Amino acid sequence: MNRSRRRHLCPPITFPQAICGYPPTVTGNSVLLALVVATALGFDFTNGFHDTGNAMATSIATGALPPRIAVAVSSVLNLVGAFLSFSVAATIASGLVQTHLVTLTMVFAGLTGGILWNLATWYLGLPSSSSHALIGGVVGAAIASAGGHAVQWHGITSKVILPAILSPVIAGMVAAVGTFLVYRITRGVPDGVRGRGFRLGQIGSASMVSLAHGTNDAQKTMGVITLALIANNSIGAHAKAPTWVIISCALAISLGTYVGGWRVIRTLGKGLVEIESPQGMAAESSSAAVILLSSSFGYSLSTTHVATGSILGSGVGKKGAEVRWSVAGRMAFAWVLTLPAAGLVGALAYATAHGIGGTAGTSTIFVVLAACATGFYLASRRTAVTASNVNSQWSGSVAPAAVPAGAAA
Amino acid sequence: MNSWINLNALWKIVVIGLLAGAGLPALFAVGLRALSPRGGASGSADPGGSAEASAEAQPDLLQKVAAGICFLAVLAAMGWGVYSIVHNS
Repeated sequence: MNRSRRRHLCPPITFPQAICGYPPTVTGNSVLLALVVATALGFDFTNGFHDTGNAMATSIATGALPPRIAVAVSSVLNLVGAFLSFSVAATIASGLVQTHLVTLTMVFAGLTGGILWNLATWYLGLPSSSSHALIGGVVGAAIASAGGHAVQWHGITSKVILPAILSPVIAGMVAAVGTFLVYRITRGVPDGVRGRGFRLGQIGSASMVSLAHGTNDAQKTMGVITLALIANNSIGAHAKAPTWVIISCALAISLGTYVGGWRVIRTLGKGLVEIESPQGMAAESSSAAVILLSSSFGYSLSTTHVATGSILGSGVGKKGAEVRWSVAGRMAFAWVLTLPAAGLVGALAYATAHGIGGTAGTSTIFVVLAACATGFYLASRRTAVTASNVNSQWSGSVAPAAVPAGAAA
Repeated sequence: MNSWINLNALWKIVVIGLLAGAGLPALFAVGLRALSPRGGASGSADPGGSAEASAEAQPDLLQKVAAGICFLAVLAAMGWGVYSIVHNS
């Protein structure tokens, strides 16, 4: 096993050559291509910090791992996971839009939609699906550029929408059964021993979710960049992701994870269910199992949907646990909205970029995107959620009360 | 079977998901239980008293072995999970 991982890690040596090999094949679109790659890596970064909570929220909430350590562990495992498997990478590109109609501007506009939706939901502390944001953005841009026939609706329904409805339910069910069993079996065990034991167990289960996230989500961006390279004729139509793409995507998602989307972590860990370590371990085991199984069947699920379903399930499976259904309802609403909203932004971005035309159009959107991202960042600073207050008492909103002592009283 | 839902994959995901996702934490719980003192001493009425009891009553060898097998099985399943990710690529 170790040896095969080495084999995957070996290519870095050829990394400079891969880049050097490029100039001869680069066409007049090299500026545009560079913008697309930069935006894709930016999306991957938001994907990382948006989804840190999927793996680590419950471990942070139960104190199994200190917040900073948790995001660091998750970040490393995401990096490792990104090199482990490449089976999902293709699915994001093929079967959703007519690949031969894809242009660089379309990919770029789609990414813009994905990033902006990710940032908006992160600001609100809503764990929405990064994969859906990306797919929504690309589909929206495709419709804006070539009309409805550019989209493979059957593929969207069977590969994106139905799994999105089924996966949280399955994950929730598994987590509920797991939680019920775990509490039943450990009924006679003193609380202290049980808490300590399951906190240790959580480290293992959370690590598995992080690994699964790396194998899934980093690949989605690899798929997008590969799609852009194909659209630019930089590589052949059926080429695999080049090594530099794999490495840069792995690094971007890992870096994003390390930054930690504390707002989302807080909602998942504290907002949804008051969680104890046995529930946390059951929820994480369920998430890891469902994500890994589905990806082995070729479904690139949203890890967010699975993780949220699991956490809800762990609340349902424990007698007397409080589940805040209003928070869950708000999330579900955001989930339904994700595809159309990201699609709308993607379509607008495409129309604007195409209207202005050429590199100037794309550059304009890029500048607007950067400005929006800065805006969200500055706005988030006013009610900052950080490693130090992520576990404060849930008071009905993402931002912890300014004076926790007063809020508790 | 069905062009919208791959039912074959769906039931496998549900069944294996239950076995791995719910079964493994349950197995972990069995191991934890084997390690902690048995019997009526661990009543939940008095948390202070039960903590004391757990310090006194050490698990015997059989219980330790049973717990070890449970924990090893969980670790083995995790290892198998990682192995299958690598091999599926």
